[in-house]
Amino acid sequence: MLPDQLLFAMEVTLNGLMAGVMYALVALGFVLIFKASGIFNYAQGVLALFAALTLVGLQNGQIPFAHLINATFGTKLHHFGWTLPSVVAIALTALVMVGLAYLIERLVLKHLVNQEPIILFMATIGLAYFLEGLGDVMWGADIKKLDVGLPQGISESIESVTDAWFGYGFFIDKLDVVAALVAAALVAALTLFSQYTKYGRALRAVADDHQAALSVGISLRFVWVLVWSIAGFVALIAGIMWGTKSGVQFSLSLIALKALPVLMLGGFTSIPGAIVGGLIIGMGEKLFEFFAGPLIGGATENWFAYVLALLFLVFRPQGLFGERIIERV
Amino acid sequence: MNAMDIEAAPAAADAPRIGGVLMEMRNITLRFGGVKAITDISFDIREGEIRAIIGPNGAGKSSMLNVISGFYVPQEGEVWFKGKRRPQMKPYEVAQQGIARTFQNIALFEGMSVLDNIMTGRLTLMKTGLWSQALWWGRAQAEEVEHRAKVEKIIDFLEIQHIRKTPVGRLPYGLKKRVELARALATEPKLLLLDEPMAGMNVEEKEDMCRFILDTNDEFGTTICLIEHDMGVVMDLSDRVVVMDYGKKIGDGTPDEVRSNQAVIEAYLGVQHD
Repeated sequence: MLPDQLLFAMEVTLNGLMAGVMYALVALGFVLIFKASGIFNYAQGVLALFAALTLVGLQNGQIPFAHLINATFGTKLHHFGWTLPSVVAIALTALVMVGLAYLIERLVLKHLVNQEPIILFMATIGLAYFLEGLGDVMWGADIKKLDVGLPQGISESIESVTDAWFGYGFFIDKLDVVAALVAAALVAALTLFSQYTKYGRALRAVADDHQAALSVGISLRFVWVLVWSIAGFVALIAGIMWGTKSGVQFSLSLIALKALPVLMLGGFTSIPGAIVGGLIIGMGEKLFEFFAGPLIGGATENWFAYVLALLFLVFRPQGLFGERIIERV
Repeated sequence: MNAMDIEAAPAAADAPRIGGVLMEMRNITLRFGGVKAITDISFDIREGEIRAIIGPNGAGKSSMLNVISGFYVPQEGEVWFKGKRRPQMKPYEVAQQGIARTFQNIALFEGMSVLDNIMTGRLTLMKTGLWSQALWWGRAQAEEVEHRAKVEKIIDFLEIQHIRKTPVGRLPYGLKKRVELARALATEPKLLLLDEPMAGMNVEEKEDMCRFILDTNDEFGTTICLIEHDMGVVMDLSDRVVVMDYGKKIGDGTPDEVRSNQAVIEAYLGVQHD
C-alpha cells in the first residue's frame, strides 16, 4: 500500500495534467496561426469566447443584438423560442467561425500584407477588443451555462478502480478526460492534415516563404482564410470545453494569457510543443501549489506559470520544441 | 492543358525547335516613385527558345522578370501571353497560367525537405478538393502517388536523389539553386524564368547548371527566359539576347548580333581594344 501523501500527489499530478490539456487547447490555436503566418494572434482567447457565446446563443435560440434592437425600437425581443440540438448548433457555430475567418482576412489581413509582425500583432489586439465588444452586443454580458451533452462531474468508475487498487479513490472530472481525448484527436488530425494533404503543404509553404509560395501558384488569401478557419474551429473546441467547465463568461478571454507561458515552454511553432507545454504548466502549477503553496501562503497558481516561462526564456528561448534560432554571421 | 509532359519523348528531330511567339512585352514602363526602372521596352519570347536578358547591375533585368511573373505591375505597356493580352494578375495567378520562376536570392521553403519543396510545385496541378484532401479519401491518395512519381522523375533528372529527404536549410548554395529549379520544373511550366541561375557558383556548379538548363529545354521543350551575368554562359546557352542598360533596351538579337552591336559593346562589355 502506497503512503497517502504519495497517492495524493499522484492525484494532484493527474488533475494538473488534465488542466494542462485545457491550456493546450487554447495554445494550439496560437501555434496554428503563428506557424502559418508568423502572427502572434492575441485574439485567440477572444475567438474561443466568441465561439462559445455564439454556440450558446444559437443553441438557446437567443436573438442576436436583442438589447440593441430593444433599446432602439422599444421592443421586447429576447428569444426565437427554439432550442437547437447540440450537433446542429456546433455545426452552425463552426460555419460562423469560417465566415469570421473570411471577414478577418478581407477586412484586416489583406490590407496588412508585407507589414512587420508587430503591426499584425497590434491588429490582432484591436481584433480581440472588437470581438469582445461584438460578443457583448450580440449575445449579452451575462454568464451563460453551456451544455452540449458532454459528461461532467466526478468519474465514479475511476474512483472505484483506483480505490480497489490503492485503497484511495482518485477524483477526476469526466469532462477533463473528454477534453484530453478531444485534444489528442485534434492534434492527430492537424498533424495528418499538415503533413499529408496538399492544403497542409500549401499552409507550410506559406508559413515558410511568401514569395516562393506565390511563385508556385499558392494564393496567400486562400491559405490565410483556411488557417484562420482552422484556428476558429480549434477556438470553438476550446470554447466548448472551457464553457462547459466554468460557464461562458467574459473572463474566458483571459485564459488566452495562460496560453502564453505554455507557448514559451513548448515553442511557438510546434503543435506537439503546445500540448507538452500545456501539460507541464498544468502539472507544474498544481504540484507547486500542493508542495510549496502552504509554505509561502498559497495562491501560487496565479503566477507560477509565468515564472516558469521566464526561466525558460533565459535558458531556452525557442522553447522545448521550437525551431532552433540560428543567426548566420 | 498543353503543359509539358514529363514523360514526353524529346521533340521529333524534324520539327523546328523554336515555334511562334509565346510571350510578348509591349512598351513596358515601370516606375518606383520617381525612379524609372524600365523605360518603354518591347521584346518577345518564342516558343521553345532560350531567351537571355543581360545588362550591367541596376539595368532593370530583375524588374523585367518580375513584371513577367506578375510580382511587379508596370505603369504602362501590355503583356501578351499565348496570343492574348494578359489582364492584371496576382503572382500566384500568373504561376497557375504556366509561368514558373526562380529567384536571384533563392526563395525555398527552408524548413521543408527537398521532396516537400518540389511537391509544392505540384499543388496547383492537384485536383482533389478540400474535403477529400482533409479526409484522405481514395482519389486524394491516388493523386498524391501519381504526383510523387512525376516529382521523382524530376529529382532523377536533376541528379538530387541523395538529398531527397534533407531539409533545404541544410543544403549548400549550389544544391539549393538546383532544388529551386526542380520546384519550378514540377509546375510543368510553359515558360520558365530563371533569375541569375548561376550567380555565386563555382565553375563546376555552373557547368552542371548549364547542362540542366539545356537539357530542360531540349527534353521538355520548355521555353526559358533567363538573366545572367556570366557572358560566356549567356552566349553559349541562349538563342536570342535582350540587352538592357539604365532601364532601356539597347540591343536585341542572336548572341553574335549582340556581340557586334556597338552600343552593347560600349555600355556593357566595355570599350573595345585592338
